[in-house]
Amino acid sequence: MTTTSRRSYGVKGAPYAFLLPAATLFALFFALPIGYAIWLSFRKVKVSGLGLGSGARREVWAGVENYTDALTDNELVDGALRVLGYGCVVVPVMLGLALLFALMLDSDKVRLAPFTRLAIFLPYAIPGVVAALLWGFLYLPDVSPFYFVLERLGLPQPDLLDGGPLYLALSNIAVWGGTGFNMIVIYTSLRAIPAEVYEAAKLDGATPLQIALRIKIPMVAPSLVLTFFFSIIATLQVFNEPTTLKPLTNSVSTTWSPLMKVYRDAFGTGDIYQAAAEAVIIALATLVLSFGFLRAANRRNRQEAAR
Amino acid sequence: MSSLAVQKVPSAAGTTGTAQGRPPLRNRIALVPTITLLLGAIYCLLPVAWVVIASTKSGSELFSTFTFLPGTGFMDNLTDLSAYRDGIYWQWMGNSALYAGLGALLSTCVSAFSGYALAIYRFRGREAIFNVLLAGVLMPPVILAVPQYLLLAKADLTDSYLSVLLPQILSPYGVYLARIYAAAAVPADIVEAGRMDGASEWRIFTRIALPMMVPGLVTVFLFQFVAVWNNFLLPYIMLSDDERFPITLGLFTLLEQGANTPALYTLVITGAFLAVIPLVALFLVIQRFWSLDLLSGAVKS
Repeated sequence: MTTTSRRSYGVKGAPYAFLLPAATLFALFFALPIGYAIWLSFRKVKVSGLGLGSGARREVWAGVENYTDALTDNELVDGALRVLGYGCVVVPVMLGLALLFALMLDSDKVRLAPFTRLAIFLPYAIPGVVAALLWGFLYLPDVSPFYFVLERLGLPQPDLLDGGPLYLALSNIAVWGGTGFNMIVIYTSLRAIPAEVYEAAKLDGATPLQIALRIKIPMVAPSLVLTFFFSIIATLQVFNEPTTLKPLTNSVSTTWSPLMKVYRDAFGTGDIYQAAAEAVIIALATLVLSFGFLRAANRRNRQEAAR
Repeated sequence: MSSLAVQKVPSAAGTTGTAQGRPPLRNRIALVPTITLLLGAIYCLLPVAWVVIASTKSGSELFSTFTFLPGTGFMDNLTDLSAYRDGIYWQWMGNSALYAGLGALLSTCVSAFSGYALAIYRFRGREAIFNVLLAGVLMPPVILAVPQYLLLAKADLTDSYLSVLLPQILSPYGVYLARIYAAAAVPADIVEAGRMDGASEWRIFTRIALPMMVPGLVTVFLFQFVAVWNNFLLPYIMLSDDERFPITLGLFTLLEQGANTPALYTLVITGAFLAVIPLVALFLVIQRFWSLDLLSGAVKS
């Protein structure tokens, strides 16, 4: 940095200097682990002889063996199907509620808006583990108010922690925890719409419902796409809630979700190579699904813009 | 929705902070939106109300009295919880405060640097760097956490405070937010004016841009604080010594042990209640600083 070129160098080099901490952390804690996981996924341990002695267990090249094993593994496929079914409930319900609440908050003459906004957002502040724990107790017949009410009314009392209801029980935890955050994202972009946009429609006598459907929802479409995108990613990675409910029921296996299976294989059975291959597959599946959605959404937007 | 009469009175001032504003008249209540929001609030508050009440019950009351009837055992539960394994519960709370507080602070700094650079400067590779950083959001935590564990094990760092702190400093979402906030809150001409006056880039950032970005950075800090406080997978993988557990992991192990001994239920419930308080309090206190309207409001001011 000489004195003559100081200013231009300072401006040119500055963004890179500002980005240095992030780049270093990215290299160490994102790029390197991902690269290492991919490397491990093509490796395996070869045991020679009886597996005794220091040279008996050697790490060797495995090719795609770990991948074919993972893709033909019923536990992983079943887990993926469970999570897909779970996601088909969670994502639409959560975002539907988030959009509904955001539109309600944005409507004229609504009362108690600051209170309800905070209350609906509150679950976001509660750790997933604690949320699962709270709902887990609410699902337990011995302590649950729901069962108390059902019993008094003489209605049948389904086991919420088994079979089909278990999906709904887990979905409910995710919906409860995620609606508020998405509501705030959508609400923020609703607030960013200039009021002039509504004025003409209002003067023309459009009802609030018409304004919501024809003006507001199309205008917040980009943030809806974004919340959908991130919800898909988060849903496919579900781990905390089923893991937390596991001590309360026998119906949640150690491989209920694909991520739980990765954890079990890496730390339970100790096959880090198999676990690495599974983790890579889950990451790829997540990327394909989420970006597939994003592309489909963008194509639709473009078509609508062209109309 | 039909109760929402269309306002035809052009108004001078509105509460929305937009140029024209909306009609300020609020003499009639919009019933459908209000009731919908109240139902949503009840749904969201229900489990919290339950844990507040359940934590006041003694072990026998928990199973015998109606759920939403307060009990008499809160102080006993508190004493039992504090006595459990020589007060390890409070150690977990302290650990969580350390992980989340320090982690979020460092994360906010890194996000502020990166977001500012990405928003203000035009330079080669800007979009590429942004996209690569953002791609980090898309990585399932497990494809990161398992190899992070294996790599940190090689550096002999697993089962330490650092093993939970370090991987969470870079938050792609934080960088993304900081970039949006910097672009919205820091006008390019002010940066240019600073350069004209001969200020260094660092000085422009710390003296001019950073104060303008503070409301946005509070949001980044909050998001990251919550993310670290709520993180379960990373400490679950990294830690084995329960002296270093955060509260999420501690409560989980308590539940695991308590699942077969209902006597421990009251400890788990009281522990869950106390674990919720700090974050809820943080939200209530900070929401006044917290500018939801930053995106819509600050751009115009």
